[in-house]
Amino acid sequence: MLRRLRRRYIAIKVECEQPPPKNTIIDSIWKSLLQLFGEYGASQTDLKFIEYNPKERFMILRCSHDALNLVKTSISMITKIDDSKAALHIVYVSGTLKTLLKRITPLKG
Amino acid sequence: MRKFVDLHLYLKEGVDQSKEILSKAAELGYHFVGVAPPPNAKQEEIQYLWNLSKAEGLDLITRVDLTPKKPKELLLDLRRLRRRFEVICVHCTSKAIARQAAKDRRVDLLSFSPTDPRRRFFDSAEAELASKSLAALEIDMAPLLILTGFKRIYLLSHLKREVFIAKKFGVPIVLSSGASENYLMRNPRDYAALTYLFGMNQESALCSISDEPLRIIERNRKKLSANYVAPGVYIVRRKGDCYDV
Repeated sequence: MLRRLRRRYIAIKVECEQPPPKNTIIDSIWKSLLQLFGEYGASQTDLKFIEYNPKERFMILRCSHDALNLVKTSISMITKIDDSKAALHIVYVSGTLKTLLKRITPLKG
Repeated sequence: MRKFVDLHLYLKEGVDQSKEILSKAAELGYHFVGVAPPPNAKQEEIQYLWNLSKAEGLDLITRVDLTPKKPKELLLDLRRLRRRFEVICVHCTSKAIARQAAKDRRVDLLSFSPTDPRRRFFDSAEAELASKSLAALEIDMAPLLILTGFKRIYLLSHLKREVFIAKKFGVPIVLSSGASENYLMRNPRDYAALTYLFGMNQESALCSISDEPLRIIERNRKKLSANYVAPGVYIVRRKGDCYDV
């Protein structure tokens, strides 16, 4: 019997002067992944965008469990989004979306 | 609960900028921050920085970064500054200075150039000397974030080699931010994630940003306290008999 693919949900706090649009942040994360780990490494991550709240500056991504270290490293390496200074801080990592939302709700706002 | 330490913060001149960086460090979960005031700094300036950090809930560690040109200059600086600062870091710009710093028990941290691979002298001989004294290898994370392309590739490959050598000889590794602004600061677990790039595992990375620097701070604070006499010898009580002790 095939093992089910394990996933991890990552909550990220976006720190930037102006809240950037969702696509810009995702492009930055992909760019960082490609720069550090190349196309093969990026392909292993199974990265998917889940949610973004520009007012609270929180974003949720999903990736495969095995590639969690790659994704965390790539996210931490980002220093610019669209030519303006930015930092992405990983707030919480969880195996399920429900637990993640429960944990990050007190941290928002 | 772990207490996280950032032993290398660059504070800019100006109250607002310093306060901003210190409050960012507190927000990111650090309990201790190391700041390098100029070697000729007056006691009032250091007290002022201490008050600023205390207001943010941080414990300030005073450190000095030495960049000597010759080993003799290093020895003179150490003699002059050891009793004044809690942490001493030596930026090794030549092999002779790196060897002298690694041998000297007054040196806490060894640091090397992030941009010039020819000025990184942390090899097996250096690690063997450092393992017999109290020196730790300091890795600043800000250059990893700033550099791009081949410079970053060279830095990562050197770091990987140095981490391997440090582990082999039992030299402690200390991770610091080396940040001069908010956008270069990351929380401790993000730094632990970044160490994946040069071969450290999560647990040892978290030790490098908490236990190892704490060990250095506790050791030096004991030595700099008024009750210190000699290694392993402390004044417990003054005046009166010692029978009740």
